[in-house]
Amino acid sequence: MMGHPGTALDAALVACGACELVSRAPLGYSDHRLACSRCGAPLHARKRDSVTRTWALVIAAIVFYFPANLLPITRIETLGSVEEDTILSGVIYFIQNGDWPVALVIFVASIFVPLLKLSILIALLISVQRKSGWWRKERTVLYRVTEKIGRWSMVDVFVVTVLVALVDLGALANVDAGPAAAYFSAVVVLTMFAAASFDSRLIWDCYADGERNR
Amino acid sequence: MSTGIPKYDPMLDRDPEQLGALAISHNALIACPECDLLQRYRAIPIAGVARCPRCDFILYREIPNSIDHALAFALAGLVLFVVGCAFPLLGLRFGSNLVEATLLTGIGELWSQGLAGVSALVLLTCIVAPVTHVGLMLYVCVPLKFGRRPWRVDLALRSLKSLQPWSMIEVFMLGVLVSMVKLAKMATILPGLGLWAFAGAIIAVVAAMAVLDLRTVWNKLALCR
Ligand SMILES: [Zn+2]
Ligand SMILES: [Zn+2]
Repeated sequence: MMGHPGTALDAALVACGACELVSRAPLGYSDHRLACSRCGAPLHARKRDSVTRTWALVIAAIVFYFPANLLPITRIETLGSVEEDTILSGVIYFIQNGDWPVALVIFVASIFVPLLKLSILIALLISVQRKSGWWRKERTVLYRVTEKIGRWSMVDVFVVTVLVALVDLGALANVDAGPAAAYFSAVVVLTMFAAASFDSRLIWDCYADGERNR
Repeated sequence: MSTGIPKYDPMLDRDPEQLGALAISHNALIACPECDLLQRYRAIPIAGVARCPRCDFILYREIPNSIDHALAFALAGLVLFVVGCAFPLLGLRFGSNLVEATLLTGIGELWSQGLAGVSALVLLTCIVAPVTHVGLMLYVCVPLKFGRRPWRVDLALRSLKSLQPWSMIEVFMLGVLVSMVKLAKMATILPGLGLWAFAGAIIAVVAAMAVLDLRTVWNKLALCR
């Protein structure tokens, strides 16, 4: 049996993923046939196929990351002239106008956070697959941060939503959303599902012989 | 990756009613959701926080009058949110033209431009998820305040928890601020009533989430009926 002698798994207990109630399976029932007695959610000692699912979602997000950044996210028409902006050219536009704080917000939310999130998830996946015993606590904290920051990537999609709604002045000025808005939304949704499908308990599951922690 | 768990069978996961059995629960035990460390529940002082000794995760909090405060904040949040959706967020004055837009204008415009997926995502994260999330808080907290158990509270609390990450009104607000800066260069921006209502709704919803401890809710529910 894997795991450290202090975990629920080792005590043959299962914590409900929805309400956190700790349960023991009645004799003769295996883990995956059980429902939580308090909230009715199916009980699983670990998230199902966590590593495989997270890898699949991470790879899908990487695939969408390219069109999200290379294709235009907005198409601005002013008095007959058309200007197409990608996420990066939007950031450059703000820098040229001296709006450093806004340029930073867009850069961090749209370019840096998705990359950081994908890199952290890949590092966590590899470390779990190699059954690494290094920096368990730090890796768990890193996972926690990854799970929390992902939502802020949606900023650019919301900016496009507001621009499209507001700049609708017919021939005078008009903003249309570009295809990158769809790809970028897909990146955000996929990375959110990827973070949710990773199980940080796997970081703690394998202990080398003789290694003890608390 | 083997964790000593039997292989997952999707057929068994469809309907919890059809699962093999209900597990036997241990109320005094807590397993850390992030590292699985098993520990015994211990009383903590009012306004205190219990953290996992191994990974530092916040296991539970002891919030005074958790339900009452969550109820008040959630109610304020819902009212302000409805106002925020109904009234214009921003106005744009460009020469003699004045355009006003609500959140729904943007969602409709994305839809008509052929970006149905993005439109649906904005609808989900800015309207459906926040309203349902706050609505479920009220659905659970109002009867609980009077010592009653809401119908299908198990389902309500499970939905509440899974909806939480998809409610993104605070991110939307940041998006509105960024677009205001972007548009200020080309036209006059007029903040609308909807914008202020939204700002208030965000504060109320964040406060409601901060004071509502689901562990307290489950413990209260166990005493009901
Ligand atoms: Zn449960
Ligand atoms: Zn822990």
